[in-house]
Amino acid sequence: MSYVSDPCFGAAKEGDSLMGNYFKLIALGLIMLFAALGANWGRDAAYVVHAIIIMLVSGFMFLRVLRATDEPAKAVATDGYMDDVVRAGVIATGFWGVIGFLVGVVIAFQLAFPALNFEVLQPYGNFGRLRPLHTSAVIFAFGGNALIMSSFYIVQRTCGARLWGGNLAWFVFWGYNLFIVLAATGYLLGATQSKEYAEPEWYVDIWLTIVWVSFLLVYLGTIFKRTEKHIYVANWFLLSFIITVAMLHLVNNISIPVSIWGSKSVQIFSGVQDAMTQWWYGHNAVGFFLTAGFLGMMYYFVPKQAGRPVFSYKLSIIHFWALIFLYIWAGPHHLHYTALPDWASTLGMVFSIILWMPSWGGMINGLMTLQGAWDKLRTDPIIRMMVISLAFYGMSTFEGPMMSIRAVNSLSHYTDWTIGHVHSGALGWNGMITFSALYFLTPKLWGRVQMYSMSAINWHFWLATIGIILYAASMWVTGIMEGLMWREVDANGFLVNSFADTVSAKFPMYVVRGLGGVLYLAGALIMAWNMFMTIRGGAKVAAPVGVPAE
Amino acid sequence: MDTYSLLREIADSWVLLAMFVFFLGTIIWAFRPGSRKVHDDTSQIPFRNEDRPGDAASDTKTKELQS
Repeated sequence: MSYVSDPCFGAAKEGDSLMGNYFKLIALGLIMLFAALGANWGRDAAYVVHAIIIMLVSGFMFLRVLRATDEPAKAVATDGYMDDVVRAGVIATGFWGVIGFLVGVVIAFQLAFPALNFEVLQPYGNFGRLRPLHTSAVIFAFGGNALIMSSFYIVQRTCGARLWGGNLAWFVFWGYNLFIVLAATGYLLGATQSKEYAEPEWYVDIWLTIVWVSFLLVYLGTIFKRTEKHIYVANWFLLSFIITVAMLHLVNNISIPVSIWGSKSVQIFSGVQDAMTQWWYGHNAVGFFLTAGFLGMMYYFVPKQAGRPVFSYKLSIIHFWALIFLYIWAGPHHLHYTALPDWASTLGMVFSIILWMPSWGGMINGLMTLQGAWDKLRTDPIIRMMVISLAFYGMSTFEGPMMSIRAVNSLSHYTDWTIGHVHSGALGWNGMITFSALYFLTPKLWGRVQMYSMSAINWHFWLATIGIILYAASMWVTGIMEGLMWREVDANGFLVNSFADTVSAKFPMYVVRGLGGVLYLAGALIMAWNMFMTIRGGAKVAAPVGVPAE
Repeated sequence: MDTYSLLREIADSWVLLAMFVFFLGTIIWAFRPGSRKVHDDTSQIPFRNEDRPGDAASDTKTKELQS
């Protein structure tokens, strides 16, 4: 199996038959033709723009394949690890992170100052359209690229095998990022199925399915040809993330397009069944995308950075099975006090509370890996980032079960408390573990001793931590205040506050939240600069405090 | 009996039992005699094959010695 690793999929493959290239040219030509028809006959702006994007991408690929046809294939070493695609993933993760945090800061200030929904930008620059752009950019673009690139890195090292499938890994990388571009432009142009974290419309869903199955094939193929006898625990978590996300994506996106020339589709499920399917999807996106996948990263990068094996391998096995057996039932806690039957929401609540155990088991396992190496907390800013990420994992997996209790939920639901909870998990756990993985991988992949500036990592750590604290604290205050104001009744049983009263009362906390976001974004910009300098130049040991003015 | 009720009854009896037994089985399996040696070896995997793929012919024992 000797494929040429090429930054674009589909191009010259060693030993590729002419037939293969001709078949590709025919397929790409047909896609181009169909996209051109779509660009002409499309019924809505999003569809037309997407058709043009697909036409340009397939045209570009057509030219690439054409230029490689009948040419001798370039010889590229294929006996080592396939790290080019991981390098591209590292850069994409950093890039999308900055974009996602930037949009987050913009919409945070739009909530505080509605005038920032500028009239000239309507309807594209509206909060309602930018908000899914923000959530998808941070979860799927930043988090997804982080997961794909680190799973490609981890599966090779822990299996002792080069990635299976040759350029298929490149197809996964570019295909996934094309999915992100289609999703993001679709939101701005008004194409959405209005399902939280599953907003992309039908054809984008189909494209993601193709990419995700390829991802699964690359991953499984590498595991099958491993040279290690056992499958390391990180791979279990990452594999469960890939398989479960495939299942969730397929079931939650069952819809019928209104027209093949339009982006609008109609869901098969309706009413409470649709709501339950959506939150079964939504909560397991948290459970398997943002938890199991990132735990896979944790089980590799924390032992590597600490230089010691995981605290208890037995605990990691129990952590894995308990987590995947319990998480899948927790979704109904999003639907307390709705048309969902009580037994179902009680079931979701009970499983959410039991989930506290494996979550903390995993947190303790990660933290105790540092046993005997706690001094590194003082000297190694990357370890410090990993520890704070595990601390936030523990905090948000305690807060989550608590909020799933029906009585607590009656106060917290629909308030900003939920937003604060999500962000302490996403910024604290997912963000920090990804930053530390980037700081681990960047020097390693580009052959540097360490990051360009270690003190810049320190700056990043403190900016991000203070940013999260401002964010979470202000959302606790405003969320609980909002919940209490909504339920306040006077002696005659009339509601005391109007909705607008709560909105104006929340103003100061919204400003604080926006400032927290600015700090977090500033930290990410420092990271991007640090990564750029590391990639560009050689290692600089004991660098001066090279922090750009923010 | 309609399909929904039938499936629900199977789900909350036999399937529930099967999943619970499987779950307990994984925990018992993790604590089986002799697992410590396997787990100690497996937990060292991240510290092998850092820069290049492993050799399919050699067993994990020799690699452990190399690392």
